[in-house]
Amino acid sequence: MSTMRAQIPVQSAARRPLLARRRLDSERVISWVLFLMALSALSGLAVITAFIFKEGIPIIAKVGLRRFIFSSHWYPLEGEFGILPMIVGSLMVTAGAMVIGMVFGLGCAILLTQYCPPRMVSIIKPAIELLAGIPSVVYGFIGVAILVPFIRDYLGGPGLSVLASSIVLGVMMLPTITSISVDALRAVPKSYIEGSIALGATEWQTTHMVVLKAARSGIVAAVILGMGRAVGETMAVIMVAGNTLELPHSILDPVRTLTSNIALEMGYAAGDHRKALFATGVVLFVIIMVLNTIALRVSRRRSKVKVLAK
Amino acid sequence: MFVDLVQILRGERKEDMKWLLGGVLLLLALLLLPGLGSEKGATVNVIGSTSVQPFAEMLAEEFNRIGGHRRVEVQGGGSTAGLQAALNGVADIGMCSRSLKEDEAKVFQSVAIARDGLSVVVHPSNRVDGLTKQQVERIFAGEITNWAEVGGEDRPIRLITREEGSGTREAFVKLVMGKSRISPKAMTQESNGSVKELVRNDSCAIGYMSLGLVGKDLKALKVDGVEPTAEQVMTKKYPLVRPFLFVTKSKPGSDAQAFIDYVLSVEGQQMLVKEGLVRVQ
Repeated sequence: MSTMRAQIPVQSAARRPLLARRRLDSERVISWVLFLMALSALSGLAVITAFIFKEGIPIIAKVGLRRFIFSSHWYPLEGEFGILPMIVGSLMVTAGAMVIGMVFGLGCAILLTQYCPPRMVSIIKPAIELLAGIPSVVYGFIGVAILVPFIRDYLGGPGLSVLASSIVLGVMMLPTITSISVDALRAVPKSYIEGSIALGATEWQTTHMVVLKAARSGIVAAVILGMGRAVGETMAVIMVAGNTLELPHSILDPVRTLTSNIALEMGYAAGDHRKALFATGVVLFVIIMVLNTIALRVSRRRSKVKVLAK
Repeated sequence: MFVDLVQILRGERKEDMKWLLGGVLLLLALLLLPGLGSEKGATVNVIGSTSVQPFAEMLAEEFNRIGGHRRVEVQGGGSTAGLQAALNGVADIGMCSRSLKEDEAKVFQSVAIARDGLSVVVHPSNRVDGLTKQQVERIFAGEITNWAEVGGEDRPIRLITREEGSGTREAFVKLVMGKSRISPKAMTQESNGSVKELVRNDSCAIGYMSLGLVGKDLKALKVDGVEPTAEQVMTKKYPLVRPFLFVTKSKPGSDAQAFIDYVLSVEGQQMLVKEGLVRVQ
């Protein structure tokens, strides 16, 4: 028996160079194929970018950037293209969603990392992440069916409002904010926490004076990523925002966001109207790029800090 | 999303690379699949107005049942989208819920398949029963802002309109608004269904939609003292009437023509009348 066992490795050792060479070739082929595939994803991004700019820039040039962005008259069939109310709408809704998403998402993350027994974490965390899998039209529907009548009856206004959209988007952002914040909070070195406790700080003092401060950049990145989702969300917002063309005066007023403007009118638009919708897309694109750049910067700074800490 | 992508491509997150690649593969597969399974039958694509859509679907279902080898498929999208689809050949027939503009009439051939009343709708609890056309115009222009001004309770008026480019909106603007613009305060909804849902739930709301789609949950107002009913549309006493059109780029093909003939037949017209529309002749 023992001699047979010894024979097998010898045999395969003799074959190894051949096998290894063959594997190397297929490795290379696969890596090239995979590279091309990855490239196709990137080229998709490039095509989209080129296309919306190609379609959108001429009309911005024709109307004038300032009038396009700072006029609040949107009568596309009569040649008036002013998207100020939608920019303001997008920003208001996003800011509202951020407040809600941040308060609840961060609360969740703190609970999950600092206070919760691991058993409960294993239930709560997947449950929150499940929120990310619910289609946005379902959020919108629940918003229209429950949230909007509630706001209309108890707070006044038409119900379809900045507030309703912010709440819906805030809930949609929760999984992003929670899971990234959890990672950031977990990355805080144990020694910080132990040191703080050793100095006599309570658990909450440790959490808000040490852990949150140490994880700040990670949390900021989480919020900005969530914000990107909120700015870009369309379906749910169309359903609960009301889509008026007027500048909102309060959070109970209805608004139209950049994305809903595109989605609402794209199906019908032709000529300059269509181009103006692409131009709306350009503005949205720029806003999202700015947000993502900030997020990249912040998260990069975070990794530098980590390296320093090591 | 973008941040993730950059991180993955930089190799910072090796474990996610496979997900990215898997996603790309799946996408490619999905893109290729439809090309493999395409078979050409005598399918008539009917695309356009969401106001005409439910009626066209009903007719198509019946037509498909009796029509033998021909199949009619109906999609929404809106009147203008329907015209575009007919123009570039995506649709064999475009559905349009307004009369064609002058430049459009030069390009397209159109057949009126029915006439439809445009009803002004409010919450059933609203005390107002009727408005004059001028009152409707001033309400939608944002000049009248309280129901008390037109004989109702002291409540604000909340306008609900359709999106720019909708056939229903264009018909409404043409028939009611004259030179006024719809107020920017008006809330925009993208389908008859969501207008209905909003008006049904909001006692201050006012909207407009196809007479055939009003149903029991809403109150359709008298306009200039005339009830919005199919009979009044027929006798042309009701002032807000628009045509439902089937539009083709050139002379319709034989399959498309068969469907048009069916819709115009006594049987087809009877089905439309039963659903609350008004026959053409």
